[in-house]
Amino acid sequence: MAMRPSHVIRYVLEQYKSYRVPNVTQSLPSWYTKGTNGSLDSWSRCVHGSVALTQKKAERVPLSSERFPQLKRGEFARVTDGDLQVFERLVASRVLTEPGDIEGHNVDWSGTCRGAGQVLLRPKTTEEVSAILRYCNGRRLAAVPQGGNTGLVGGSVPVFDEVIISMSLMDKIISLDEISGVLVCQAGCVVDKINGALEPHGLMTPHILGSKGSCQIGGNISTNAGGLRMLRYGNLHGNVLGVEAVLANGDVLDCLSTLRKDNTGYDLKQLFIGSEGSLGVVTAASVLCPRIPGAISVALLGCDSFAQVLQTYDAAKKMLQEILSAVEFMDRASMEVVQENLQLTCPLGAHRYYLLVETSGSNAAHDEEKLNSLLGHLMEKGMVDDGTVATEPSKVQSLWALRENVAVALRADGCVYKYDVTVPMSRFYDLVVDTRERVGTDATRVVGYGHLGESDIHLNVTCPKHNEDVFDALEPWVYDWVAKCKGSVSAEHGMGILKRDYLYHSNTGPVVLLMKQLKGLMDPKGILNPYKIFPD
Amino acid sequence: MWPIFDYGRFVSIISSSDVYGVVWMRSLAQLHKMANLRVLVGVKRVIDYAVKIRVKPDNSGVVTDGVKHSMNPFCEIAMEEAVRLKEKKLAKEIIAVSCGPAQAQETIRTALAMGADRGIHVEVTGKSIDGDNNQTGQMTAALLDWPQATFASEVTKENDHLKVVREIDGGLETVKVTLPAVITADLRLNEPRYATLPNIMKAKKKKIAKHKAADFGVDLTPTLEVVGVEDPPVRQAGQKVESTEELVAKLKDSGVV
Repeated sequence: MAMRPSHVIRYVLEQYKSYRVPNVTQSLPSWYTKGTNGSLDSWSRCVHGSVALTQKKAERVPLSSERFPQLKRGEFARVTDGDLQVFERLVASRVLTEPGDIEGHNVDWSGTCRGAGQVLLRPKTTEEVSAILRYCNGRRLAAVPQGGNTGLVGGSVPVFDEVIISMSLMDKIISLDEISGVLVCQAGCVVDKINGALEPHGLMTPHILGSKGSCQIGGNISTNAGGLRMLRYGNLHGNVLGVEAVLANGDVLDCLSTLRKDNTGYDLKQLFIGSEGSLGVVTAASVLCPRIPGAISVALLGCDSFAQVLQTYDAAKKMLQEILSAVEFMDRASMEVVQENLQLTCPLGAHRYYLLVETSGSNAAHDEEKLNSLLGHLMEKGMVDDGTVATEPSKVQSLWALRENVAVALRADGCVYKYDVTVPMSRFYDLVVDTRERVGTDATRVVGYGHLGESDIHLNVTCPKHNEDVFDALEPWVYDWVAKCKGSVSAEHGMGILKRDYLYHSNTGPVVLLMKQLKGLMDPKGILNPYKIFPD
Repeated sequence: MWPIFDYGRFVSIISSSDVYGVVWMRSLAQLHKMANLRVLVGVKRVIDYAVKIRVKPDNSGVVTDGVKHSMNPFCEIAMEEAVRLKEKKLAKEIIAVSCGPAQAQETIRTALAMGADRGIHVEVTGKSIDGDNNQTGQMTAALLDWPQATFASEVTKENDHLKVVREIDGGLETVKVTLPAVITADLRLNEPRYATLPNIMKAKKKKIAKHKAADFGVDLTPTLEVVGVEDPPVRQAGQKVESTEELVAKLKDSGVV
């Protein structure tokens, strides 16, 4: 009998506890238990798939309406039985009202924001979304559009009893033009599945992020998600060629162009990219998809001083140039959290800082030569203390998993306070150091990781459960720190409800005024995702 | 794939083209201390396990052109065990051997970066992927007339023999084998290390001896012909039924009952 099948059987049986293998103290290695859905970098060691918390877990999260007592419910109507009947007519049999079905959609991924939505609607077509919004606008019912519910600022869940419009069933791919690389799809397509469909054609999405197993393209667009390869492929403002959105009054705005160049008037689609569902519900998009690189290599490097980190980044840019596709940063604390909470293995010993450098190109030999000469140079000049490099897809995925799963690993600590800020590169790590000093031993851990290439650091502070002292020490101090060096209080996560009070930290008064005027123009009754983005 | 342990002087068909057959000197061996173990580790270049396998349109095999290859994960486990033996000073030399096309040298380089001292590449042309046959270790032991311990999940050296814990269907079996012996690695034997930069740099200078199968007078004419390779059948969607009556009716309709 071949070696592997018997172990598959044993593993499966072990999982179902109907068979005990005696004296086996070691668990199966991580590489054996993971599968692949065919996409080149689709694998994530810990499944980010099941986002919805169980009802019991959800009930432990305090309601946002209680957590933010100063928040007043807007002048919206409440859902009545008559409304439910209308919804049944519009979205036949896809109206959910059972608490067990809805609770997961009322709580965000990080388990900190919980709404009291009573109705979940699951449209399948743009026409259904249009009908829903036209009705809600007429009745003055507030609505929250929801994609994969992986947002980190509480922007995808209700605050009070808003109607939840889930885009999950709008997951069709409409068309793909292989030559131009333009994909047109509905907003509910999960990024991982999109990549699975693109892979046989040699294409991939221009953006990728750790939540790819759950996040949907509509949500990514609505939040202008950055991700792990923005350094190379740019952000969604450049890669999204067209958007179809439904406005608050139910009108369908068709800007679903597939043209690379189209300077005919105002570029309205840009309004929907990053406006977090507050100006319209994105129902379809056309995205420019780059080719899957023929050769991907990843190097994980260990440095013991931040000066070394900056020198390494500089050398990587100079010596890799056009093949450099990602430079990600992790500190020792973030490597420790994936090792402790998810049992992932770090190939290097303990270093103060880790850099993950990825190259993508069309010619493996050419890329390896450049990468090897960079690595030789880094070792020679003492810019790194240790490192490892991988070119095989399985090892590339394992190394990426260390960076992609930090957020998942942190969640296991209990309560996570997340800050995603852009700061000047020379001060990239200073915020983490200062925070550690300020918070002291009250917090379980203070970690810093992020996109070094864009100077975007994710500062995370964890506690076993919500700690008012720690929270008060952090906010607004972190945002004030960032504002002082003219950074962004939210590099890519958006404002949602958790950061709305700090909008003015990174925007002037006149700027915010014009934003509000636009909102007033496009959504006069304010029914789309209320209570988000703007402070009261 | 399999490490071979040799206690004492080991002259084999592989290391010298002049000598045919295996010679070992037991008496001399017994005088040597433990650190004279030499370990031969077979490593194979296979399609990377993260890649989606596609069957060729003519069903003659799987697509290997342009597909990413890497060292078989079980070979990595075997390499790791050999390196650990060397670190424990139980082995003095690790030799990585691979039979395959020219690109197999990359796999040997990876083995060298993990800690092998030198490599041997026997060039064998033609298609080769991991067929999951689980024969090589056992055949080698039979040809050499050495004892074998397969599916090893733990290997410890005790005096002049090895104690090996094997993974079998009923649980675990512990066997003792005298040296030299053939061991095949199982999943739980260890977790292989990544090659770190200093070792990768060092590996560039280590030697890989190149040979052809003809050098050893080995005839590679296949005695086995692969007639066809197919995808597994597509899983049919299940159907939900509301009651037992409906279930029975559906089973009858489909002719199953």
